[in-house]
Amino acid sequence: MKTCLVVDDSRVIRKVACRILRELSFETTEAENGAAALMSCRQKMPDLILLDWHMPQITGIEFLRSLRSETRGNHPVVVLCTTENDSARIGEALNAGADEFVVKPFDRDILRAKLAEVGLVQPQ
Amino acid sequence: MNLQDFQYLQEILRRRSGLALTDKKMHLVEGRLTPVMRRFGFKDVGSLLRELHYGHEALVQSVIEAMTINDSAFFRDRKTFEEFRDIVLPQLVRDRRETKELRIWCAACAAGQEPYSIAMLLDDAGLAEQGWRITIVGTDINAQMIARAEHGLYSQFEVQRGLSIRRLVANFTQEEAQWRISNRLRRMVSFRTFNLLDSFGWLPDLDAVFCRNVLMYFDFKTRMSVLERIGEILAPDGALLVGPAESLSGLALGYTAANRAPGLYFKTKPAPLLRLAAN
Repeated sequence: MKTCLVVDDSRVIRKVACRILRELSFETTEAENGAAALMSCRQKMPDLILLDWHMPQITGIEFLRSLRSETRGNHPVVVLCTTENDSARIGEALNAGADEFVVKPFDRDILRAKLAEVGLVQPQ
Repeated sequence: MNLQDFQYLQEILRRRSGLALTDKKMHLVEGRLTPVMRRFGFKDVGSLLRELHYGHEALVQSVIEAMTINDSAFFRDRKTFEEFRDIVLPQLVRDRRETKELRIWCAACAAGQEPYSIAMLLDDAGLAEQGWRITIVGTDINAQMIARAEHGLYSQFEVQRGLSIRRLVANFTQEEAQWRISNRLRRMVSFRTFNLLDSFGWLPDLDAVFCRNVLMYFDFKTRMSVLERIGEILAPDGALLVGPAESLSGLALGYTAANRAPGLYFKTKPAPLLRLAAN
């Protein structure tokens, strides 16, 4: 079973995302901020990270840059989540090493489509 | 709306658009036609349907448009696009290397996501840079959908379904909360409102036809007629791509299913003529 770390400071968002991911056959873990997420990754690297952009202390982008500097290649797959969709932000996310970008709120179909793009689920 | 009104709606949809509205769909009619009813100022859907008897063209067209399915997405049913990219396109590029011309028709293109998805694949292949002339024609019976397709402007929700983020930023520009298809891709596609029951005479000879998720709404006779007429304008080595739920098996129509590629058909090659013994 593939694993996913959901990183978001909102407990509700983490809960909803985890439920969707479990429906998509992922084993999920959670982290409420970037520091906790980095620790979690150092212990056991997941296959996928669903990462909130706006978090206190370490933002999603800062976390991503740290993660990519510690790991080789493109593993794990990182999908950044945000409420803003401007192209400058998308460019910043891609430059920092994000594999996909999803705008909140998202539902199961959208998340599934995004994960299909990165080859983690079968396309519908 | 009474049974008689519903039966008249079934009749007019079948006659004007080929759409076979089964009795099981009766419950959908109120919901689909309520916006039309309001727009034209009728007190209920039954009154609207009774007005259809008088042949008010704008009303008939609005009813047909409201009853057709317009749901689409970029790269919907990804496998079909993979089959086109990996099987059909290399073959066409090889066989058309002299003329360097490709003509593709999307027969029911809704708001344009399908022809623009094809344009993205052709753009990936770099054909335009190599001097290929590419014609993609997108048609739909719904004039509002065609207007949207021509506009090429999509919501965040629409681009999130089926487009990777890299494809999005490479092929669209942002306009406030929406995304507009690039001029490069827009120029590859032309659109036209078109009823599949009408003559295909205006279409050029075609190398590939996408006729997906539309045949299943037609009755058998209409389906056969559409497929036969596609066969007439499809090049001898042309490809037909239908939806995954629209197998042509069992229909003797001059198409042969591609190996291990559901929904992909090629025109059946005519059997070689037997040489008669000369005596």
